[in-house]
Amino acid sequence: MKFEISGKTVHNELAQTVEAISGQNLFACYQCGNCTAGCPVSFAMDLGPHQVIRHVLLGLDSEVLSSNTFWICASCLQCTSRCPKGLDIARIMDALRTIVLRKKERLDHIGTADLTDEIIDRTPQIAFISGFRKFLS
Amino acid sequence: MDYLYFPGCTLYTKAKNLDTAARECAKLVGLELRELPNWTCCGATFPLATDNLMALLPPSRILANAMKEGENLTTLCSVCFNVLRRTLHLLETDAEKREKIFDFIEMEYSDGFHLRHYLEILRDEIGFDTVGEHVKRDLKGLKVAPFYGCMLLRPFEEMRFDDKENPRIFEDFLRSIGSEPVDFPYKIECCGSFQSVGAPDVATECGYSILTSAMRNGAEAVVTTCPLCQFNLDTKQKEMKEKYLDFSGIPVLYFSQLMGLSFDLPRETLDFARNDVDPLPLLEKKGVIDGGTDR
Repeated sequence: MKFEISGKTVHNELAQTVEAISGQNLFACYQCGNCTAGCPVSFAMDLGPHQVIRHVLLGLDSEVLSSNTFWICASCLQCTSRCPKGLDIARIMDALRTIVLRKKERLDHIGTADLTDEIIDRTPQIAFISGFRKFLS
Repeated sequence: MDYLYFPGCTLYTKAKNLDTAARECAKLVGLELRELPNWTCCGATFPLATDNLMALLPPSRILANAMKEGENLTTLCSVCFNVLRRTLHLLETDAEKREKIFDFIEMEYSDGFHLRHYLEILRDEIGFDTVGEHVKRDLKGLKVAPFYGCMLLRPFEEMRFDDKENPRIFEDFLRSIGSEPVDFPYKIECCGSFQSVGAPDVATECGYSILTSAMRNGAEAVVTTCPLCQFNLDTKQKEMKEKYLDFSGIPVLYFSQLMGLSFDLPRETLDFARNDVDPLPLLEKKGVIDGGTDR
């Protein structure tokens, strides 16, 4: 399968939007994998954070936007803390979440109707407030 | 020492056991806590999208309110602390955003405002030695694993709470009240945070890794400072036991409960009945308390 990469590929619209929202320079990533290694939830991700960055730069929009990576991300900032190039990877993950949630069609990631009384009773409010911020349009 | 106190959504409700003990201990060590009048929710997450100013309004309003009422503000909840400290940093360094925000909320910004976490006050202003002087009950060298979680420490450039890879403040605190801190590699890992709502099974794994690491390193109990960490590590042991049948569980307490215990506060103040894994059997076994039940 022939895959052409040009300057235009890597400066694609998704990459530019991610850079604008996150304020990060995706080209700084040199794929060392520190982020994915330190991420406490990467075991559940189909693409590691560093792979997501590469996918975005290669214009692989549909693969990235259908991955579970930025939905599993807990915004713990371990990736940001460990990145040797000083990239705030947590912001990059949040930018991708934001891009999906800001689309015209309502694309809530969790169903609030699925929250039973039992869940609501036992869970501290913090989880709902921050969770709704991260998962709801 | 006078501080305005911001409780946040859980401290008077689901995390009462963090709040009550901390306030009673504060009185004893000379820390005056005055509840911030008309406080509102902090938003529970610092907005990472750089164009999201709306999410900065709740914490900005809290800070503006506190600036009106005094010069110092403290909080106990790690999440609130992270949001407020990061917001304050942004307001201090980004004049354009500061102006937009304060113009919108129609409040005044003041320079020279201090925001400190309760543990920072203990370390830097009261001193752990002074804390130690108030210890009346022997904790018999109880082996306690301090769980920092993520919000207190990261990002280091803004939080400046302690070393981001090998912090020591919690260990120093635990030593000062007569317990033996247990170092373990998962002490700065994330507990799963809001994934307890988004991807609960993932959060269960996070909690399980943390607790088993603490146990492998000899911990008899784990101590937290965040209501969400407490939920993911204490309450969710139910899910961990369902998944890992050989998981024996471990008591998880708020640091203020342990502090209050060492200060010999009345048992009702410590509110152990709110801890889902009952710490009393352990405390009785170690000879720290005489027995009885809180539930």
